[in-house]
Amino acid sequence: MRVTVNGERRETAAESVAALLRELEYDGSHFAVAVNADVVPRARWAEPLLSGGDTVEILTPRQGG
Amino acid sequence: MVAFYGRQFSSRLLIGTALYASPTVMQQAIRASGAEIVTVSLRREAAGGKAGNAFWSLIRELGVTVLPNTAGCRTVREAVTTAKLARELFGTSWIKLEVIADDETLQPDVVGLVEAAAILVKDGFEVFPYCTEDLSTALRLADAGCRVVMPWAAPIGSARGLVNADALRLLRARLPDVTLVVDAGLGAPSHAAHAMELGYDAVLLNTAIAKAGDPAAMAGAFRRGVEAGHAAYNAGLMGPRDFASPSTPIVGTPFWHAVS
Repeated sequence: MRVTVNGERRETAAESVAALLRELEYDGSHFAVAVNADVVPRARWAEPLLSGGDTVEILTPRQGG
Repeated sequence: MVAFYGRQFSSRLLIGTALYASPTVMQQAIRASGAEIVTVSLRREAAGGKAGNAFWSLIRELGVTVLPNTAGCRTVREAVTTAKLARELFGTSWIKLEVIADDETLQPDVVGLVEAAAILVKDGFEVFPYCTEDLSTALRLADAGCRVVMPWAAPIGSARGLVNADALRLLRARLPDVTLVVDAGLGAPSHAAHAMELGYDAVLLNTAIAKAGDPAAMAGAFRRGVEAGHAAYNAGLMGPRDFASPSTPIVGTPFWHAVS
């Protein structure tokens, strides 16, 4: 299925956030994830909640003022 | 000590973590500033990227409290979602709430700000709203449940100091029980001292330290500016006068009335 990850369209077989992070080789532990502008808490990352056309944001801590 | 939502801090200087020449320079500046609270953001991480986790390690080493921001958000919905992501990412209910109306001036959208603040307070957030010096906005934010309000001195990164000191003084007088922080527009330690002399509880800045020739030295200078201004406010500043008033005693002046 096709999903949009951080503004880029991608083909993926991942059905869960955890599987998507693995597939895209995200390393480390400090991420926040939103699907269709709703926060997905870490406790739900293993759930098969992704579907075609979803918009996923994967965010990490950054410099800020 | 100064309280932010019930948590006590000894430093009244909050600083940003952006725009430094290197991570080492950032760490040196934060240490020299004595700041116990630093602002951070959250941004997209590219697939396989490690920038965010590396940055986070540097912040953790400093042992400071983080205040995540919603920088770049232009709508209530974006700001509320970003705040929720920040709570998830940083494990804190603190949020520096920014809703921006205009890209050129980074002028806060005060209407959207009040709306977003009310939503977030109801959701359990402890909101630090970045606003203008407008009194009605500050009152609305306090009514919405903000116990901290952060008016700008001047536009972000402009280094102009307290453009409207009279309005900032009015905010202090009308919101005596709110923790007030001057956020943005400070360019020199004298500007920070000025804000503290008005009775502000703290100041927040980034660019003036990060872009200084020697950021760590400038951070130390701001630290002393904040301390001097706060001490002066507590000591009781005299008011301005229109005419001179001699400081040296008149009595015993040599040749007094000697001219004929």
